[in-house]
Amino acid sequence: MTAITPDVVAQHGLDETEYAKVLEILGREPNLTELGIFSVMWSEHCSYKSSKKWLKTLPTTAPWVICGPGENAGVIDIGDGQAVVFKMESHNHPSFIEPYQGAATGVGGIMRDVFTMGARPVANLNALRFGSPDHPKTRHLIAGVVAGIGGYGNCMGVPTVGGECQFDPAYNGNILVNAMTVGTVDADRIFYSAAATVGAPLVYVGSKTGRDGIHGATMASAEFSEDADEKRPTVQVGDPFTEKLLLEACLELMATDAIVAIQDMGAAGLTSSSFEMASKGGVGIEMNLDAVPQREAAMTPYEMMLSESQERMLMVLKPGREDQARAIFEKWELDFAVIGRTTDTGRMVLTHDGAVVADLPIDPLALASPEYDRPWTPTPRPAVLDAASVQAPNDPMAALRRLMGCPDVASKRWIWEQYDHMVMGDTVQRPGGDAAVVRVHGTAKGLAMTSDCTPRYCVADPAEGGRQVVAEAWRNLTAAGARPLAITDNLNFGNPEKPEIMGQFVGCIQGMAEACAVLEFPVVSGNVSLYNETSGQAILPTPTIGGVGLIADVARMATIAFRTPGEAVILIGGADGDDGGWLGRSLYLREVVGRDDGAPPPVDLATERRVGDFVRGLIEAGRVATCHDLSDGGLLVAVAEMAVASGIGADIDAGAGDRDGSSLTAWLFGEDQGRYLLAVPEADASAVIGDAERAGVAARRIGVTGGDRLTLNGRHAISVAELTDIHETWLPDYMARP
Amino acid sequence: MKAAVVVFPASNCDRDVAVALEQSTGQAPAMVWHRDSEVPDVDLIVLPGGFSYGDYLRCGAMACHSPIMRDVVDRARRGVRVLGICNGFQILAEAGLLPGVLMRNAGIRFICRDVHLRVETADSDFTGRYAAGQVVRIPVAHHDGNYFADADTQARLEDNGQVAFRYSDETGDVTDDANPNGSVGGIAGVFNEGRTVLGMMPHPERLADPALGGTDGRPMFDGLAAALD
Repeated sequence: MTAITPDVVAQHGLDETEYAKVLEILGREPNLTELGIFSVMWSEHCSYKSSKKWLKTLPTTAPWVICGPGENAGVIDIGDGQAVVFKMESHNHPSFIEPYQGAATGVGGIMRDVFTMGARPVANLNALRFGSPDHPKTRHLIAGVVAGIGGYGNCMGVPTVGGECQFDPAYNGNILVNAMTVGTVDADRIFYSAAATVGAPLVYVGSKTGRDGIHGATMASAEFSEDADEKRPTVQVGDPFTEKLLLEACLELMATDAIVAIQDMGAAGLTSSSFEMASKGGVGIEMNLDAVPQREAAMTPYEMMLSESQERMLMVLKPGREDQARAIFEKWELDFAVIGRTTDTGRMVLTHDGAVVADLPIDPLALASPEYDRPWTPTPRPAVLDAASVQAPNDPMAALRRLMGCPDVASKRWIWEQYDHMVMGDTVQRPGGDAAVVRVHGTAKGLAMTSDCTPRYCVADPAEGGRQVVAEAWRNLTAAGARPLAITDNLNFGNPEKPEIMGQFVGCIQGMAEACAVLEFPVVSGNVSLYNETSGQAILPTPTIGGVGLIADVARMATIAFRTPGEAVILIGGADGDDGGWLGRSLYLREVVGRDDGAPPPVDLATERRVGDFVRGLIEAGRVATCHDLSDGGLLVAVAEMAVASGIGADIDAGAGDRDGSSLTAWLFGEDQGRYLLAVPEADASAVIGDAERAGVAARRIGVTGGDRLTLNGRHAISVAELTDIHETWLPDYMARP
Repeated sequence: MKAAVVVFPASNCDRDVAVALEQSTGQAPAMVWHRDSEVPDVDLIVLPGGFSYGDYLRCGAMACHSPIMRDVVDRARRGVRVLGICNGFQILAEAGLLPGVLMRNAGIRFICRDVHLRVETADSDFTGRYAAGQVVRIPVAHHDGNYFADADTQARLEDNGQVAFRYSDETGDVTDDANPNGSVGGIAGVFNEGRTVLGMMPHPERLADPALGGTDGRPMFDGLAAALD
């Protein structure tokens, strides 16, 4: 027996106060298995102890929200008796240590969260953030992460339809891999994790348990040091074939009424899943660890309870339904074992080799986990940058070239062509636009999805950045013609024990909460990933937002590509009479001027909503089919992206004749929020602009589509072919470099 | 026409091809489980895309030994039309119903994108609704689609008109740039000698609906439905 010394306690990530609480709950010293269980249950990853206080402030309800945060994933109503289940989750640390398996198992885990609730996954997205392209590890990490995501999702037959990929030196030692899954389910066939039946069989299905991933949740709750590679054994290995079998078998069983509760074994494996089901259901559990299917010989109770072997599920069945369920899992050639039963004791009692090896009260562990009000200091607000102080380029097209080929804007085709984005036969908007759109199978409805974050805004002003990330997701869905319904948030931050990092977290949450409220865009699920630091160097605050919206009829949606020559290009939104000019924290400032300062562009949420509702109305009415929101790089980059997507050029007129030098630069590259570009038939342009005025929305015709060049003020021009080449070659060339 | 789709445990284009078949034939195909030993009495058997048994070994190497494949091979030998798409093509090649092998893509990576194909012959039940030399746009999505056959086999394929499709550019030129995976001769799909069995890496079922961005795949299913009615 291992003695529980202060060293052993510290190795389990519990501080003195927490360990005192363990002693108080138990009234005795824990044994090693029990200590291990406390350790993972109270890890930051599982308990949200630093973030809980603030997460509670986020709006989580709306008439269409069926289930908000707290279950495996969030659920929203999309009408006609159908619901959408979705969530985003990080797998940052494992992906840095072992990029292929780390990313693959991240995808596997998030899909399980969705089909655990009875939904069939219909789309995957991923938000990736890597270090500087010049960092020696970056290329290897991209190659591994992308192959891992593809390897898992492709085999599962779930299309990977969208996402984002950005670079910043702040991620050199700590990349971010955030994976999102969206599934559909009949609204009356949703499964939850509360095991509210006493005397019911506890059933283990899926892969066998091995020694992989032990203490993964604890690892995800600590900073990295330079010896990160030594943590490789804590990374799990994915088996997408088994997960495909598990998916089909679970959905087949879910078509019956045999299940009381079901929970996937993700972080902290058997421990977390069993405690959660028991706690939510208000029952106890007796578990016989000898019955757990095991891949390796002589596994200890400690190892079994803490293993994070993948592709496993825990279920509570209605008594007497074991044979019916077993037949389904045998058909799919998966392990099926009754490993215990629910009790009325409120305790978790584990036996192994005929002896009780752990006896713990469930609720104190699951519900009374520590909750901290960490000290935080607000991020000082930076001064607003005077656009006139920014030197204008001699040739705006040279600046455009630079931006279209810079790592954050360059096409990510090299990535998404490694993902099967068409399987399931419903991808009606493929990657590369503002949002991906997947048709709800057998209907004309479409689900629009996007993932967004602008960390360079968040680091400068967390609250403004928090407003912007939510607004940006809302805007991307709107630009496709979708009604934004809800978000999942994946909050990636540094060490919360540092007041300035906690200040970033608090600021971002405050901004997000405001935006969610005004835009009626609640948070229904999410994940917090803290301690994203290596050797004391924190990542940029990165609250990634995964948004889902509904399109009533996919025949009426918008795409970013120009459709035909001779259409009017209309700029919608922004302040009337002053439509652009915010260069602080813009991509232009960083990539072209080489400065990264000033305040980020403010988001006026009321205007955001008015403008977006107006644009969506045009698309829903069938009056607009070409729409793109303005984001990184501003107006000229947006026009260029629309041209590249279509092969059709445009002639843009900065107007008024008085814009030159700094004011022209600010108009072309400013990142003012809440703006869209539309292309409409020339004959409809004045009606659209008139309607905008009546709706209190700024709108102005700025050019016309056509030709094979992008022309500005009749003076500057660049061919669409050259723009396409610049846009498409950066990433493949970079990855091909020796 | 009656069709059956064989479902291996990790098939994942089974539903997609069933949708395309039903659209063209007016009736849902029979879905046949890999552990069954007999395919129902049908005019067309489809082996769909996916990962059959995970394909951790060579793609299709396990699936070709599955219980249902004995009957599929038997029916094929008796002239029942068999279409293998992507993983289905790999399985047909492993089962010896089609010549050649499918190796890892020349670029080592999985590739999912629309490609152009030149139809090499319209003289089959599968390609009768296309014209020889016609260029169509159909997606590929595979990691192991690099077709190879030895020189003698290639010559025999050419002489017998067994090449169904080649990767080409938009104008129908078969070039290295247009070849996504390194396949010898740009071969994207091959017939057996009687042109009753077709294996192809591209997915015609993925572009048989205008909402998905194209319909160049649809004539294959319409043609089969008409020819086998």
